[in-house]
Amino acid sequence: MTHAGECLVRGTGDLGVVIERGAGSLVVVDTTKHTSLFQVKGLGDLSHASAVYSRDARYAYIFGRDGGLSKIDLLCGILVKRVVQGGNSIGGAISQNGRLIAVSNYEPGGVKVFSADDLELVADIPATRISKGKGSKTVGLVDAPGQRFVFSLFDSGEIWVADLSNPRSPAIQRFRNIGRQPYDALISPDGRYYIAGLFGEDGLVLLDLWHPKQGARRILDHYGKGEQKLPVYKMPHLEGWAFAGERAFLPAVGHHEVLVVNSRDWREAGRIQVHGQPIFVMARPDGRQIWVNFAFPNNDTIQVINTETLKIIKTFKPGKGALHMEFTPRGEEVWISVRDQDRVKIYDTHSLELIDSLPADKPSGIFFTARAHKTGL
Amino acid sequence: MPGSKIFRRITVIALSLICLEVTAAPDLQRQKELNYLLKHDCGSCHGMRLEGGLGPALKPVQLQFYSVEQVAFTILHGRPGTPMPPWQPFLSEQDANWLAARLKAGVRP
Repeated sequence: MTHAGECLVRGTGDLGVVIERGAGSLVVVDTTKHTSLFQVKGLGDLSHASAVYSRDARYAYIFGRDGGLSKIDLLCGILVKRVVQGGNSIGGAISQNGRLIAVSNYEPGGVKVFSADDLELVADIPATRISKGKGSKTVGLVDAPGQRFVFSLFDSGEIWVADLSNPRSPAIQRFRNIGRQPYDALISPDGRYYIAGLFGEDGLVLLDLWHPKQGARRILDHYGKGEQKLPVYKMPHLEGWAFAGERAFLPAVGHHEVLVVNSRDWREAGRIQVHGQPIFVMARPDGRQIWVNFAFPNNDTIQVINTETLKIIKTFKPGKGALHMEFTPRGEEVWISVRDQDRVKIYDTHSLELIDSLPADKPSGIFFTARAHKTGL
Repeated sequence: MPGSKIFRRITVIALSLICLEVTAAPDLQRQKELNYLLKHDCGSCHGMRLEGGLGPALKPVQLQFYSVEQVAFTILHGRPGTPMPPWQPFLSEQDANWLAARLKAGVRP
């Protein structure tokens, strides 16, 4: 590894970060050479940490659980700036023009918006009050075209669209009574459809951002009707889209199924029985395969689904705590963090075989710089 | 305050004694597994520092109005209507009591 502070002269298009959730650090990785370039420490509580990238793909913004927002320089391997902006946060997004960073908070509920340049606070959007001094937890925050951020309110069952064309005075559109306990959300790759998953009922909520006046509507309603709901030992994640052709693939909640929906009419197009409660349901960039990992106690397993036949083509066990997957930009490899082995394992997505691995301390999220140029990532 | 620290220590000892009386503590290997579970699996909703997330914070101040048995009951049976699932398939009563006592005593996983 190069020493932090000695800046590299190179492109960043094949770089990424691996979150080391136990140690509060991250590793900057090179996906061409399968090597670690730098370790950056001092990032606080990184359970459930996520990252977005500046549009020049040089800087990663890391959202920590403890409300920390950190800006990392990938070429120099240093923490440029860190602010603790909330009590307890759950991810963030970068605006279409790359100038604003929004962070979603459980405590105090709401979204705060910062300048991407110096992390100075630009706007504060408190969530709906649910009790004295307490706002609804905000989840599923994504960026959308038109300098908008879209997010859901877990406790009050709402979706809000915040337009930050004028960053100092956000214009907010509120969609109420969308369903019980939205827990996470995603946006389609074109930035048109925002889909929130519900924990409190079987179903998802769709908002067409081209036609917000039509309101939020339910899709895959009552998908588990008549079936006993199974306990959920970890909440599924919807961030990281899984669109393959006309189909979208989504994790069911409380059912060991991947739901398939036709994105033309948003009707159910199938269900795939899988090994456990799905957490991440991710499409290989070419849309030919879906890779799925699972909640405790099945988090040692990965399944690969063929998107044409909807059949599982491989089930394998990288090891306990297979927490996250990230495809290389064109999808020839997938990197999987295996927490309990302190390793990131690299698989060839054509042969589905293990080809390499890298050490990392209790790795969780993996984020490659190709995200810099994708809406919603 | 040094006084409160001593008081906390005494509480920890007292609690572990109560715990020992009710049920013997799990063996050391199991304790290690339970700590790991607490940090990483409970931590995925409650935060690795137990300061809260989608689930509430689990520090002594939040748990002060609940007995060890009540906390253990919640661990084993979950809380219907919330995302808290029952951990009974994976934890014995002894495991849950030990975890509950540790949480109430403010031990960081």
